[in-house]
Amino acid sequence: MSTVANQQAAVAGKADDLDGNQSLLKRIVGLQAFWILGVLIVICLFFTAIAGDRFLSTGNFSLISQNVAVWAVLGVGMTFVIITSGIDLSVGSVLVFASVVSAKVMEAMGGSGIGVAAVGIVAAILSGMAWGVVNGVLVAMAKVPALIVTLGTLSVALGLAQVLTGGIDIRSVPSELTDFSAYTKVLGIPGLPFVALIVIVLGGILLHKTRFGRYTFAVGSNEEAARRTGIKVTRHLVLVYGLAGTLAGLGALLSLAQYGTTTIAGQSLTNLNVIAAVVIGGTSIFGGFGTIFGTVVGLFIPAVLQSGFVIIGVQPFWQGVAVGSVLIAAVYVDQSRRAAAMRSARSRGLFKRKGAT
Amino acid sequence: MTALLEARAVSRSFGHVRALDRADFDIDAGEVVGLIGDNGAGKSTLIKALSGSLELDEGEIYFDGKPVRLASPRHANDLGIEVVYQDLALAPHLNPVQNVFLGREILRKGVLGRLGFMDEKEMHRKAAASFRELGATVRSLNSPVGSMSGGQRQGIAIARAISWADKVVILDEPTAALGVVQTKNVLESVKRVRDKGIAVVFISHSMPHVLEVCDRIQVLRLGRRVATYPGRTTTVETLVGAMTGALDKEGAA
Repeated sequence: MSTVANQQAAVAGKADDLDGNQSLLKRIVGLQAFWILGVLIVICLFFTAIAGDRFLSTGNFSLISQNVAVWAVLGVGMTFVIITSGIDLSVGSVLVFASVVSAKVMEAMGGSGIGVAAVGIVAAILSGMAWGVVNGVLVAMAKVPALIVTLGTLSVALGLAQVLTGGIDIRSVPSELTDFSAYTKVLGIPGLPFVALIVIVLGGILLHKTRFGRYTFAVGSNEEAARRTGIKVTRHLVLVYGLAGTLAGLGALLSLAQYGTTTIAGQSLTNLNVIAAVVIGGTSIFGGFGTIFGTVVGLFIPAVLQSGFVIIGVQPFWQGVAVGSVLIAAVYVDQSRRAAAMRSARSRGLFKRKGAT
Repeated sequence: MTALLEARAVSRSFGHVRALDRADFDIDAGEVVGLIGDNGAGKSTLIKALSGSLELDEGEIYFDGKPVRLASPRHANDLGIEVVYQDLALAPHLNPVQNVFLGREILRKGVLGRLGFMDEKEMHRKAAASFRELGATVRSLNSPVGSMSGGQRQGIAIARAISWADKVVILDEPTAALGVVQTKNVLESVKRVRDKGIAVVFISHSMPHVLEVCDRIQVLRLGRRVATYPGRTTTVETLVGAMTGALDKEGAA
């Protein structure tokens, strides 16, 4: 009896090892981000074939990463929110609000100097965080659907930003900030993409390696199950929306540094572009699944298309057409692949049952 | 001899409906007790009370002979009581290991642990050990639970419960919607859990399954325990008779 059990255990142990090796490869190939990365590489090869060095140059890619930086910071927060099966439509407006508050504060303090810039950073991040927490409290405690809450705060945050400024952009951004964007390079990477890279790496670690990330997946996968195992779901949701708001505040600062002005009228589609990137990157809009890596790849596709179309002389308006198509195709492929995976799991189960009897 | 977990004359009403009407229940360590009754007999209400999910109007719950007030599921968990719910309460996108440790992740030692970093290897090792101990057939420890069959998911849910419960495991309809082989596996698992010295409360509508694994069977009708039978010598007819009220014999055996 016990020897049989031992044999079984040994077999089970072997199966585990096999399982470990197989599934590492399987897991990587199974990630939608892997396929989307392939699409991105094909797009790059296409433009390289047509435009050669004009496309495939350090200068061009530096420019592309500059353009991606702000969205990448927002995208990290959005990935967390969407994994909890929520949505945050307000990021663009929160970005505008935070940049307006920050610019106002810096203007009031004299408008230049490293100390002023530091206060501006704090102001931007705090005002972003405040909006995030408002979103989180309304979603998690008041139980208003996230779509409605953030549609509301989208409107309110933008409206308040316009009230504060009379609708006119503030241009008095300290030169320390704009210089950071234009001239500073860290390890050969321009300032803004470097900040974005740090946020991406930290966000990836937080999501995939820590308990906070695990709870984010659990809440999105089965909220009731998470609650029953003792996870403080309400608190966690407030933190996740707070994180998204905080990153929108940081994005506001990067945007100020990049453009040297608040961009009151320029962020109306930011939310949708970021959401599209997150979803193209394989994060499930129904929650429970997603990666930061996928989001980054999903952000580069529109940026690379835009740059490539300009270089090869195609109207850049085609970018919208291409990105929209990729978005729908990506979600379609992902869903049919997942349905196939479920079917094979079931038929395998059936096969096993036959074998056992 | 005092029972490990005992409910004495517990009552609970929802509006005008008296779901539990001075109901009794008791279970000892290392035995499987079947809890049966028709729909609305008060089974779910009773297990919610025993697992800290529901406050009682009257009556007392005793654990190891001492009266306890189970104010929250956490409180029951701390005493070593775990419930496997009918709808399993697993997170379908997470893998078996992540599900077993959900809400109770093992953190790394030192500063990294303080920052919330998890010890994946240790969790993987412990989960694999508990699946093996249970004899649960888990196809892959790295695939999401949602892609697995009902039997495997049930196995994972039970493994999770016994990983944390060292006193009482409550199984709510563990064999509902399972195939023949999978049911057999679950019933085997129940016996193994009992052999570890853990008390198992087994709730089911399937009388053959109840008779197969239970040492004692307690019947609820209209919010009250109407009979207790030994598992070995009882027949399906007797159980059905007690459930429907055709024969009442509280305190038998």
